[in-house]
Amino acid sequence: MPLTHLHSLEAESIHIMREVAAECENPVMLYSVGKDSAVMLHLAMKAFYPSRPPFPLLHVDTTWKFREMIEFRDRMAAELGLELIVHINAEGIEQGIGPFSHGSAIHTDVMKTQGLKQALDQFGFDAAFGGARRDEEKSRSKERIFSFRSKNHRWDPKSQRPEMWSLYNCRIHKGESIRVFPLSNWTELDIWQYIHAEDIAIVPLYLAKERPVVERDGSLIMVDDERMPLEPGEVPQMKKVRFRTLGCYPLTGAVESDAETLPEIINEMLLSRTSERQGRVIDRDGASSMEKKKQEGYF
Amino acid sequence: MADNASAADIVPVFQEQAEKTMLRFITCGSVDDGKSSLIGRLLYDSKLIFEDQLESLVDDSKKVGTQGEDIDFALLVDGLAAEREQGITIDVAYRFFTTEKRKFIVADTPGHEQYTRNMATGASTAELAVILIDARKGVLTQTRRHSYIVSLLQVPNIVLAINKMDLVDYDQAVFDRISAEYREFARSIGIDDVTCVPISALYGDNVMAPSENTPWYQGPSLLQQLESVEVATEDLARPFRFPVQWVNRPNLDFRGFSGTVASGVIAVGDEIVTLPSARTSRIARIVTQDGDLPRAEAGQAVTLVLEDEIDISRGDVIATPQARPEVTDQFMAHLLWMSDQPMLPSRPYLLKTGNSTVSATVTALKHKVNVNTMAQEAGRTLVSNEVGVCNLSLDAPVAFDPFVTCQPMGSFVLIDRLTNGTVAMGMIDHGLRRADNIHWQAQAIDKVARSQLKQQNPAVLWFTGLSGSGKSTIANLIEQRLFARGKHTVILDGDNVRHGLNRDLGFTDTDRVENIRRIGETSKLMAEAGLITSVSFISPFRAERQMVRGLLEDGEFIEIFVDASLELCASRDPKGLYKKAQAGEIKNFTGFDSPYEAPEAAEITLDSATTTAEQAADQIMGYLEANEYLSDT
Repeated sequence: MPLTHLHSLEAESIHIMREVAAECENPVMLYSVGKDSAVMLHLAMKAFYPSRPPFPLLHVDTTWKFREMIEFRDRMAAELGLELIVHINAEGIEQGIGPFSHGSAIHTDVMKTQGLKQALDQFGFDAAFGGARRDEEKSRSKERIFSFRSKNHRWDPKSQRPEMWSLYNCRIHKGESIRVFPLSNWTELDIWQYIHAEDIAIVPLYLAKERPVVERDGSLIMVDDERMPLEPGEVPQMKKVRFRTLGCYPLTGAVESDAETLPEIINEMLLSRTSERQGRVIDRDGASSMEKKKQEGYF
Repeated sequence: MADNASAADIVPVFQEQAEKTMLRFITCGSVDDGKSSLIGRLLYDSKLIFEDQLESLVDDSKKVGTQGEDIDFALLVDGLAAEREQGITIDVAYRFFTTEKRKFIVADTPGHEQYTRNMATGASTAELAVILIDARKGVLTQTRRHSYIVSLLQVPNIVLAINKMDLVDYDQAVFDRISAEYREFARSIGIDDVTCVPISALYGDNVMAPSENTPWYQGPSLLQQLESVEVATEDLARPFRFPVQWVNRPNLDFRGFSGTVASGVIAVGDEIVTLPSARTSRIARIVTQDGDLPRAEAGQAVTLVLEDEIDISRGDVIATPQARPEVTDQFMAHLLWMSDQPMLPSRPYLLKTGNSTVSATVTALKHKVNVNTMAQEAGRTLVSNEVGVCNLSLDAPVAFDPFVTCQPMGSFVLIDRLTNGTVAMGMIDHGLRRADNIHWQAQAIDKVARSQLKQQNPAVLWFTGLSGSGKSTIANLIEQRLFARGKHTVILDGDNVRHGLNRDLGFTDTDRVENIRRIGETSKLMAEAGLITSVSFISPFRAERQMVRGLLEDGEFIEIFVDASLELCASRDPKGLYKKAQAGEIKNFTGFDSPYEAPEAAEITLDSATTTAEQAADQIMGYLEANEYLSDT
């Protein structure tokens, strides 16, 4: 009896994680608190059982994440007994960078991309797990599972190493690093099915609930704290919404939904006609914008 | 938006969804065969193109599409900016779609010959290959090339999709003729079972469902074939293999071996053998976080606990004792070269197989295989995208099975030691017995004893630099000074050695590497004898100097870079060689039409422009004194 697709995907991800643990000197797991990170963390617990995962978690906090994400993050790390490194770009804070004052592009670059590079340099991590999937976006569909970064964290799509069978070449020069994507071959649907099948804890924001939102450029933005500047006469509306992806709350659009349980989410997914990154404000500028961002060091 | 179905209605659907199997397949064919269109069609018809993606696809089709007013599905899969600009697929793209029966992972691979390596990358994980043919053109050179690569990588299922049937009026005669021609060719390269399907990717004929336009065709549609083909059953019937990936030791009471079952089935209580150490034990537990398992099978990632305490480390293989893998340090293999730097026999590469990494050299290139005609051709080296049959020699034995009987146990990659790049993929054919018959002879008097008698420490002074930089002059001076101090020395001079030991070698890159390998081995023997050896060789390649360093013990290899510009050497021209090279009478002359790679961290660097030979000798003697090579009190 062949393995089911979820079992095959699980085994592949576990193999990838063990390979990094065996070959890299100082790995770290990027933990963004979203559903993909939840699955990745769950797989890491399985991969090394009964040992603990032999690496810490790293969260690059832009200070604009949903409050529920931060609570969830701290609870998970404590429950699992894992080391959690939280890095905030101090220079960005000093300069008062934020999505409302500086726009999404600058905010994301300074607080997320630069913040990530700072953290990787500061701790000297030579491999970093990320939860990206190939079905998310075109340039990701061509990225290897083991994706190499120069000393300056740049990705060169033209000189990717061939990746044969499950033989991963983990060798790098000093100062270079590898971004490793154990969920490369998972789709959004696989993620939800696996979360359901394995009963994995996720941030409640993924499930529909009445939440205060305002409409901005066609996106429903949740008013998560008092930093959200309201236009004159603008009043947050209570709407039943959920999130398909989670990031900085001012940059993450909600969808109206009645799906309060995982099976209902999966049902919505099967009927859905828009891709999940549609909710992300930063992806909308030009076909190769993600490729460019990734070359500059974005995860 | 959401259908307001209740959770109870959804669960059974969800269960079905979760119990699918998975099929990884590859599509091959050139841009013109409609490969990307086919994938676009599969994604579109299985409703995996989302509205926002379709919107940007319609935009892009108008901007750069090749289908006029129609949507250009190819743009959906050509993801990198360079590909969209050039309108070709360069790198492997992975796409996903799901039907009621299966989840599919499609590796969309490029068709051009210069991207054969990318196609092989996609094929390495595929369980099925869809080979596309343009019905108007029939079996072409590239069809043969793709089929050969697919057979080389042992992709178990082949579907021949004869596309653009709409352009030949859905003519059965065309389909029958091409099918017959292909089947005959396929048999000649060892592919016995082919399913041929007439399709039109553009209009969807026989892609998802059987088409009314081909009433004469009774076989499955492409998707029906993809959904019904049996996968991964062969691996279960094969002997149990488990390459140890990670030793799991959370505390002193638990010692497990984590890895993925490569083939076969294992159950608690089964007898096993570990390789290469050949110790036997039994399976005590099969551990997972979800609880212990009674058995595990190919593809599962588990942690094994044995009944006995046996020393096992990463790279060892746990196997069934009834059918053991071979253990060898020499084997014959097919190599597909992937690097822009050509393969050099004798150059040491890193070989990664299963979970072990060892040093390996190609000792013989038996023949090359022309990927277009499958003809065997003679050759001394392999360049990018070439296939060759080679003998390889490893510096430590590994456990393996031939690639045709167990893919995870018979596959390997070669890694360049300096760039860390993956330069080749390899498929093991069989082991070579030679290694069993040559044993190391134990010696009563060793290197330490020999050098103590001479009151010195053995060293290899490796002079590298352009012809005419002054290597031999300085080496001679050093030997005279050491001799005067009562030290035991010898000189290996590039020109002199080429008159004897290496007189069969020329000046191609391949021969230069072999030249240095022999000198390296000779230097090692001299060091064993306790001598201080001066070697003056141009030795232009970093990798070979590194190789010699690796042959010797730490501290024995002293790299001395005699740094002189090409202009300076050419003006000295002690042997008149530069004049000849300039006149084109000598080929492959270092500095002219053959590269010189300067050392990055030589122990000693001598600036030939500002230093006399005497001063250079002072500098080297100072180094030897300071580092206690001349240990006379």
